[in-house]
Amino acid sequence: MKKATLILEDGTTFEGKSFGYSGNVAGEVVFNTAMTGYPESLTDPSYAGQLMTLTYPMEGNYGVPSSEKGSDGIETYMESNRIHASGLIVGDYSEHYSHWNAVESLSEWLQREKIPAITGIDTRHLTQIIREHGVMMGRIMVEGVNDLPVTPDYNSINYVDLVSTREVKHYKSGEGKKRVVLVDCGAKNNIIRCLLRRGVDVDLVPWDYDFNQMEFDGLFLSNGPGNPEVCEKTVEHIRRFISNPEESRPLMGICMGNQLLAKAAGAGIYKLKYGHRSHNQPVRVEGSNRCLITSQNHGFAVDPSTLQEGWEPYFTNMNDGSNEGIRHKSKPWFSSQFHPEASGGPVDAEYLFDDFVSKL
Amino acid sequence: MIQESDIKKVLVLGSGALKIGEAGEFDYSGSQALKALREEGIETILINPNIATVQTSEGSADHIYFLPVTATFVEKVIARERPQGIMLAFGGQTALNCGVELFHQGILEKYNVRVLGTPIQSIIDTEDREIFVEKLDEIDVKTIDSVACDNKEEALRAAESLGYPVILRAAYALGGLGSGFCDNAEQLSVLADKAFSFSPQVLVEKSLKGWKEVEYEVVRDSFDNCITVCNMENFDPLGIHTGESIVVAPSQTLTNSEYHKLRELSIRIARHIGIVGECNVQFALCPDSEDYRVIEVNARLSRSSALASKATGYPLAFVAAKLGLGYGLFDLCNSVTKTTSAFFEPALDYCVCKIPRWDLGKFRGVNRELESSMKSVGEVMSIGRTFEEAIQKGLRMIGQGMHGFVGNKELEIPDIDGALHAPTDMRIFVIEKAFHKGYTVDQIHDLTKIDRWFLYKLRRIYDLYGELKKIGSLEATPLELLRDVKRAGFSDFQTARALGMERDMEIEKALLKVRMRRKSLGIVPCVKQIDTLAGEFPAATNYLYLTYGGDKNDINYEHDGRSVMVLGSGAYRIGSSVEFDWCGVQALNTIRKEGYRSVMINYNPETVSTDYDICDRLYFDELTFERVLDIIEMETPYGVVVSTGGQIPNNLALKLDEQGVKLLGTSAQSIDNAEDREKFSAMLGRIGVDQPAWSALTSMEDINEFVDKVGFPD
Repeated sequence: MKKATLILEDGTTFEGKSFGYSGNVAGEVVFNTAMTGYPESLTDPSYAGQLMTLTYPMEGNYGVPSSEKGSDGIETYMESNRIHASGLIVGDYSEHYSHWNAVESLSEWLQREKIPAITGIDTRHLTQIIREHGVMMGRIMVEGVNDLPVTPDYNSINYVDLVSTREVKHYKSGEGKKRVVLVDCGAKNNIIRCLLRRGVDVDLVPWDYDFNQMEFDGLFLSNGPGNPEVCEKTVEHIRRFISNPEESRPLMGICMGNQLLAKAAGAGIYKLKYGHRSHNQPVRVEGSNRCLITSQNHGFAVDPSTLQEGWEPYFTNMNDGSNEGIRHKSKPWFSSQFHPEASGGPVDAEYLFDDFVSKL
Repeated sequence: MIQESDIKKVLVLGSGALKIGEAGEFDYSGSQALKALREEGIETILINPNIATVQTSEGSADHIYFLPVTATFVEKVIARERPQGIMLAFGGQTALNCGVELFHQGILEKYNVRVLGTPIQSIIDTEDREIFVEKLDEIDVKTIDSVACDNKEEALRAAESLGYPVILRAAYALGGLGSGFCDNAEQLSVLADKAFSFSPQVLVEKSLKGWKEVEYEVVRDSFDNCITVCNMENFDPLGIHTGESIVVAPSQTLTNSEYHKLRELSIRIARHIGIVGECNVQFALCPDSEDYRVIEVNARLSRSSALASKATGYPLAFVAAKLGLGYGLFDLCNSVTKTTSAFFEPALDYCVCKIPRWDLGKFRGVNRELESSMKSVGEVMSIGRTFEEAIQKGLRMIGQGMHGFVGNKELEIPDIDGALHAPTDMRIFVIEKAFHKGYTVDQIHDLTKIDRWFLYKLRRIYDLYGELKKIGSLEATPLELLRDVKRAGFSDFQTARALGMERDMEIEKALLKVRMRRKSLGIVPCVKQIDTLAGEFPAATNYLYLTYGGDKNDINYEHDGRSVMVLGSGAYRIGSSVEFDWCGVQALNTIRKEGYRSVMINYNPETVSTDYDICDRLYFDELTFERVLDIIEMETPYGVVVSTGGQIPNNLALKLDEQGVKLLGTSAQSIDNAEDREKFSAMLGRIGVDQPAWSALTSMEDINEFVDKVGFPD
């Protein structure tokens, strides 16, 4: 294995070895404390532009499954058709893998998809730096590769535009009882799967598509990468939907969808110091004793103190008190900052899809 | 927040004498429960006849009864003390059975004692196989199929419908007589003929031999909130009792989908059964698909839950006791971070290995094969940033003369295939032997069904040893290789042996040379915290381990000479068990009381001394000369206590003294004078104390001569 170096914006360097693509890359360095699910995380479009640090040290153990698609036209094991993270940072890459559904090693996959990756560094130390300092930009530099990667301006690039579908796509559940428009800001496959499994047809539309002209029974806002401030067009479309006093069709949002809904409803958002990226985030349903363990991946959050008339907090993070979702007081509109579709992570909150579909 | 505000006095049942399968872990659970109760100002009563435990020490409960944990005696205590509540989940199967008995005899009702935590009916539902299967059927959870048959034809039909391979068990037969695996109808036919010759009925059961065994520890509160604190994967596939298997946490070979499928099932089960507190769910997971079966559910704290507590830093017994009082998980704090919620699932950024300790050599005529019943008498837990590091640490911790996976004295294994196929207490060392004989990972996998991932990792350790051996010189070993072997858990001893340094010098000298060399190259371990959240939140935790998989210490040392280190007693074994845990805990208490920082080194997950609440800093790490010296160099303590941990620390006394370490209490020289037979005897002679005649002899002639001189006892 070639040597590789991780260099942070503040000058801290970590020496390790390259186990991915032999190229240099820059991105926002974030950490994820999930202990499983690297194929799901890497193909999650929300990681676009980021160098993903996995705090669990041993990675690659069960290899990588195939990218085959099922009869619904969706990748069976992946959350999208490619790796979206810009780079991967781990403590101890397992050169050998073992699993019945693996077709290649993590290293082979990263090389095939041209994603640089570094192993052999103290990821706990790196995590502590990010925790204290906040997320920062960094570079993975592979020995013998000389080009200096351009450091992207993470907060102003429109990553949503880079990962969203270019055209409207139709997914049929077979039952076709109801039809939901899913606004693709970088939707994970499992959102589509969760809807199809409940007998709902899905029209996947580009992030800037005006769905208001379409016919549908419910509106769904997906997760997505980067800074939600760049999605003004989507916010405008949502605002038109919710500001129609006659409108009563259900709406559900996830992650960036939660932030865009909040913005459309007049609330403010802010960037968290180092975000929530893990499978163990505790969330309490407001005004109840019901608690959920949730899967999360976000760097921005809704400021609940800015919620306007008619809206209220729905979920709250039990660790740091940040807002984890909002809902309308009278209409069937709600959203979560966490990922009820999981994949990876716990499925405690999948019932929210049932809630949504039952209201269609 | 206590709902059960009428509860002022609570009875906790202990587990009684230590026995195989029920040992120090219940001292730990019970102690935690008592602590939780006392924190609430509740008067506590404990029944436990085991005097060697920490929970029966003064101050842990308000009233302690050294009485057998049986319905008869417990009733007498209840009649006298009249508690409002009773806790059954903290004293193992003994306490649970006693609780069920108290219920059946109507004693609980008679004295109006409420069971706090999981209700009796739920306990009964998990203990009775038939009800259990029915309950799980109700929520579409699969259990292992089994069909009772009265003749051979029925047995054959049953096997056909279950699908081969099957296990045939003769009913009403002792010790598995007449049982066996059948791969096809012919084998079944032969075995069934045999079984029906002495038994009127047989059970045909689907064989899951070779499936993975995975456990989840589930916590549920009375508001129906559930978490799984930890999952664990057995290194050995199904067929070996989980108490006899090497276990890793978290699971290493499960995908996200498998992990969360089993997690969701665990929670569904805990909810349906109605657990309040903690339970353990064991699964068989197919190695070729996501198919699974539930093996069993333990509706109480168990050895696995003690392990899970230590592996994650989540105090299961303490939390379970609070939940039994009516708290919700959302009411409680994460006891490590102190700022975040107890409703969360720990994220580990390290790997934990549990390895059983057997003492089969101490018994004559014991079958050394590992089976579905438990024989081990203790266990160790090791922590590392890689599996290689953790498993090698663990194999040293076992304390049976092994130095890790490699570098041990050569084993005599006449039939490697057989020994791989039918595992004994030496199984993991047989794998090393097999590598040595040229077996491939695939061949070993075929014979053992151990997941290839574990075998690849062991192979890597074996290969690293080979690399060192090829170089054969400490000076010529590149820095990178030296760092790699340390990261893979090699001790300085193993490194010195691999490099062949024993040819030129004593091994004690060689390993010190390795130590000096690597230190000069900057290859030193660093100290990391177990913080339950993988670094996501700051944690002022004192729960620590050492690793070479890092470049920065989590601790800033004071170097003020105010630390006192206590060396623990390691794995329980015959002749050394919970009594040394008691000694260690008392020493820590005294050190604290005297205003010093108390520091513990120990690696036995079944103990109170490895509870991070009990001291100012806990190093869950090895008690080897090398590791103890590493920690001393970091801590620069005022002194070290070796006298409260039994033989392991005692044996380190001289070596530590030679390195200039200050031992508190009896000097190393005096310890040696008492331990060394020759020196001890000479001293007795010097001071004129009589002793029986003795001699150290090496040949039969010398023995006969000695016997002639002193004679046999009359």
